[in-house]
Amino acid sequence: MRARPRLAYVLLALLLIALPFLVGAGLGNSWVRVLDFVLLYVLLALGLNIVVGYAGLLDLGFIAFYAIGAYVYALLASPHFGLHLPFWAILPLSMAAAGLFGVLLGTPTLRLRGDYLAIVTLGFHEIIRIFLNNLNAPYNLTNGPQGINLIDPIQISGHALNRPLELFGFLVPSTYLYYYVFLAFTLLIMGVAIRLQDSRIGRAWAALREDEVAAAAMGVNTRNVKLLAFAMGAAFAGLAGGLFASFQGFISPESFSLWESFLVLCMIVLGGMGNIPGVILGAILLIGIPEALRHLGDLQRAALGQVVLDPADLRMLLFGLALVLMMIYRPAGLLPSRVRKRELAAQDGVAEQEQASLYDSKA
Amino acid sequence: MNTPALLQVSAVSKRFGGLAALEDVSLSVGRGEIYGLIGPNGAGKTTLFNCMTGLYELSAGRIHLDGAPLHGRKPHHIVEAGLARTFQNIRLFANMTALENVMVGRHPRTRAGVLGAVLRTPGARAEEAAIRNRARELMEYVGLKNKGRTLAGHLSYGDQRRLEIARALATEPRLLALDEPVAGMNPTERRQMSELFLRLRAGGLTLLLIEHDVKLVMDLCDRVAVLDYGRKIAEGEPALVQRDAAVIAAYLGGDAA
Repeated sequence: MRARPRLAYVLLALLLIALPFLVGAGLGNSWVRVLDFVLLYVLLALGLNIVVGYAGLLDLGFIAFYAIGAYVYALLASPHFGLHLPFWAILPLSMAAAGLFGVLLGTPTLRLRGDYLAIVTLGFHEIIRIFLNNLNAPYNLTNGPQGINLIDPIQISGHALNRPLELFGFLVPSTYLYYYVFLAFTLLIMGVAIRLQDSRIGRAWAALREDEVAAAAMGVNTRNVKLLAFAMGAAFAGLAGGLFASFQGFISPESFSLWESFLVLCMIVLGGMGNIPGVILGAILLIGIPEALRHLGDLQRAALGQVVLDPADLRMLLFGLALVLMMIYRPAGLLPSRVRKRELAAQDGVAEQEQASLYDSKA
Repeated sequence: MNTPALLQVSAVSKRFGGLAALEDVSLSVGRGEIYGLIGPNGAGKTTLFNCMTGLYELSAGRIHLDGAPLHGRKPHHIVEAGLARTFQNIRLFANMTALENVMVGRHPRTRAGVLGAVLRTPGARAEEAAIRNRARELMEYVGLKNKGRTLAGHLSYGDQRRLEIARALATEPRLLALDEPVAGMNPTERRQMSELFLRLRAGGLTLLLIEHDVKLVMDLCDRVAVLDYGRKIAEGEPALVQRDAAVIAAYLGGDAA
């Protein structure tokens, strides 16, 4: 009985190691780049899952923290300020800065829940984006809409990851190298998320999500626990942002549109809120399928001589359709967490909860 | 008084705009007492609970638990001070399992933070095991032995009331405030609950009870206070209070003779 899961883990590990080569050989090297982005979005989705899935705080401005992480990396490792710190020094700073902003967003919104919180976080996202866009004067901090260019790649033992690595006579391309770095971080963060979920802190988050008043009455310091959720989620996004900046080599405020926030939220809703495998599946589907659709344009050109249906339009169309179908057939997501599944299935359950207005003390 | 009361409520008022939900209410609950709080619907009983547990800010007055002030403190501080409660309308964490609900109750008495959880330090693991064991014990104590894996929202009504008590007990209170704990229960369940209350008292706990079931109050409580329109109109031994003219008037309406 015990050997079986262990074997499965070994096979999974081998698959993850071989994946870029399989994908590269089967679909072409451009798909390895897609794979890199899938991992970045898995990181983001894991972060947002803490805020939305665990603690039940609807955050629509999550990409703001991704942007902060990315800009911290860019400013400290690019010719913009002439600073070139190593990645292992910057990534913790990216996480800390994003986490700090998470607390900054969390503090004034402690009393808000649901729709109201969503609106404020939406606003927060726009504030950050507009700041990044305009902070090129009077002092040029972010280089405004032009963004920051020539960001240092990650360097590991003297080798910059933006160059292929020669290994046993083989040339391993840059996107493959980044894949392994991103994979390592993703597995690390996944472990953190899993362990947090099943802990005293994770239970406090769940209690907060279920009933804030009862959580407070059971001795949960709701303020600290909420701020912790915001800070943790934001720190994960900050890490993803730093990795993104180094991978891409160029960032501008345009990289961090509101659409990205929705995309990450869609990933966890589609995959199954609160459930880590679901969240990962969501990220794979929502990054992979649009990429696949891109090739539909080439197919049309080959078959019909012209592009009848623009793949970009088709993408939005299918996206909408998928979400509508989801809401009808699998409202808890493709791989729902045990709790969400029962929550949505159960029509009975406890007496109507007392109104949230009961909680009139200072939060 | 020789031994100071465990809970001292002094001249507490709570106003919602123009409405005075509590007006100058004072009462004191002694150690080891089962103290009943009764009164017609809307008399302010639950409001007093909410004031005591920090969900409402007092408009005036003071509340002390064993000499330490509770007024102006946050709900989680009040739990730490040793006052736990249940809710009239049952506020369980419906989508967590019954055992997890009780485990949440251990929150104020445990320490493990993010680092402990992520690194699974020996200390954090030992604490987690202790939380689980204590929660299991409490489930068994209230009579929910094999219901640990059931979602709280799927438990029967009576079991949900029991679970709320187990969850409150997990916080290690000195005073347990129960808001209509036997409402909607059948006579057998009621009897089991009063047995549970007596067992808790025998274990050294002080109970403050909001209840409508007159028989239960008469049987269990050492003393009762009667609230009506936010004021305390009587206090004393149940048998005496039952004969009080103002109390009869409050319950039956009309003028007291």
